[in-house]
Order: sequence, then structure tokens, then C-alpha cells
Amino acid sequence: MKTHTVSKQLLLGIWLALLALLTLTYGLAQLDLGHFNAAAAFTIALIKMLLVILFFMHVKYKPPLTWIFAAAGFIWFLIMVDLTLSDYLSRGAVPGYPDKSWEHGAWPAPTKELPGPTPASPTR
Amino acid sequence: MANGISAVAEQFDDMPQQQEAATLGMWTFLATEVLFFGGMFMSYIAYRYAYPVAFAEASKHTIVLYGTINTAILLTSSLTMALAVHAAQEGRNRALLTFLLVTIFFACCFLVVKGLEYHEDLDERLWPGKHFKPGLPVQAQIFWFLYWAMTGLHALHVTIGVGVLSVIAWMAAHRKFSPYYYNPVDISGLYWHFVDIVWIWLYPLLYLIHRY
Repeated sequence: MKTHTVSKQLLLGIWLALLALLTLTYGLAQLDLGHFNAAAAFTIALIKMLLVILFFMHVKYKPPLTWIFAAAGFIWFLIMVDLTLSDYLSRGAVPGYPDKSWEHGAWPAPTKELPGPTPASPTR
Repeated sequence: MANGISAVAEQFDDMPQQQEAATLGMWTFLATEVLFFGGMFMSYIAYRYAYPVAFAEASKHTIVLYGTINTAILLTSSLTMALAVHAAQEGRNRALLTFLLVTIFFACCFLVVKGLEYHEDLDERLWPGKHFKPGLPVQAQIFWFLYWAMTGLHALHVTIGVGVLSVIAWMAAHRKFSPYYYNPVDISGLYWHFVDIVWIWLYPLLYLIHRY
């Protein structure tokens, strides 16, 4: 296995791209784009991370085994996010409980009258 | 070459095998680091989803100038670290030492800017608790709790990075590395780039929620 050397020109190019993306994400944050603000910030951070991993950390030039090891931590993180959000994002969907009840510190007691078999709490 | 051959530990057949093992080991460690920070990123996601307005309001009180300067500093330090590894691969020892020292310098700059920022944050009473800045939604304290925890843990990693790179620089100054053996430079480079990646995420999450 011959060690691959990333050329200095490429490293400088990646650095310039990273600074350009920093400027872009800062600039876009100054504009009111609604939900697109968060989407843009997320996408740009993802691109920056991939540039650092692939070129500065040489993963692009490494064998598949290194790719698997490099991806593992992020995949496990996404599993954690997925399992956690599958709880939080679906709590309002449980029959008998108000929407997003956990937001109001009321979990698990219902705070308003609800249809269905669950006995309603007394009205005020 | 006699000096170089002794750098292969006895459990490895040759240097490339040792290098690959070290790279995999470092990525395994970095996976644990991803999950170490991941717990806090998870809390951030859950609470920002729950209290989007409070988070947007709280984020306005971060000092975006310091945050942006620090992002540029860390990105540049990643470049100098990558150039240090490049110099090590080509056996340019003097360039290696210079780039390592420049990287350490940028890391210290980051910590100084962070310190100035912390000082101003504390002056603004943005430390969660009884004396938290009045006039903000109560859940803004959750944002600021995460701010201190995440940037604090990141700053700790930067500090450790300064220590690690100082040892590598000392080794470089004593001509411990060659194009045949530069594993420690490569490995500590991976660590340093990881610290940069954490900040790449912290910057938009903490500073850029609501700037318009």
C-alpha cells in the first residue's frame, strides 16, 4: 500500500472552499429565508465536514476499511437521533394525549379534554 | 534505514501495515468522540425542536463576530495541520516543525478569542441560573446551558490538541520523523481535524439560528 500524498495546491483549494462556504453560511444567515435558513446552514456544515474528512483527513485515498471505520461513529450517532426523535416527534400521535404534550411539562397527564376512551381531566 | 526499521513494532509485518492499523485505531477513537459530543448534539436537536422561538431569541445574544473569526482560525489551522502532514510525508523536517508551530499558534488564538467571548458572555449574565439575564424566555437558559457545555468541551479538546501537537513538535525538532515513519504526525492530525469538524457544526447551531 503506497501512501498517497495530497498535493499542496489541492489542500489550499480545499481551504479556500471552506472559507468561501463560511462566508456563504454567514451571509445566508443574515437573510430571512424561513425554514430554508436551517436547511442551508445544515447543508453547508455537512459539505464543510465532508471536505475536511475526505481531503484533510485523507479518507478519499484510503481503502474501504478506513471508510467504514470513519463512517461508523456518524452512523451510530444517526441511529441515536433516529430512535430519540421517533419518540419525541410521535408523542402527540398517541391516542389520548394532547399534541406534543412534552413541550408543556405536562407529560404524561393530559391537560385538555380529549375524545376517545381516555377519561378526560376535569374542566376548569 | 536502520533507524526507520526499528520504528515498526514487532506485531506488524511492515510499516504500511502499522500505519493502516494506527489509522483504523484513531478512527475508532474518533467514533467514540463523535458519540461523546453526540449526546449534547442530541439534546440540542430535541430542545430546539421543542422551543424554536426561545432558541432563536437566545442565539441572538451570542457574539457572531467572535464565532466567525474563530471558525476562520480553526479552518486555517486545519490547513496548516494538513500541510504539516504533507511536509512529513516529503521528509521536509523544517517545514513540518514550522507548520506544527503555526497550528499551535492558531489553536492558542482560538482559545484567546474564546476567552474574550466568554468574558463578554458572563458580563451579559448569560450563565444559566438564578441570575440569568432577565427578559429572555425561560427556555433560553437551556440554549445557554448547551452553549457553555458544548463550547466548553470543545475548548477542552482544543487545549488537549495544543498539548498533543506540542509533543509532536518536540519530536519533530529532535528529528524523530521521516517519510518512512511519520505516524504520530498523521494520527494527531486526524485528532486536530476532528476538533475542527466539531466547531464546523457548533458555529451554525449556536451563532446563526436567527440573525436577520
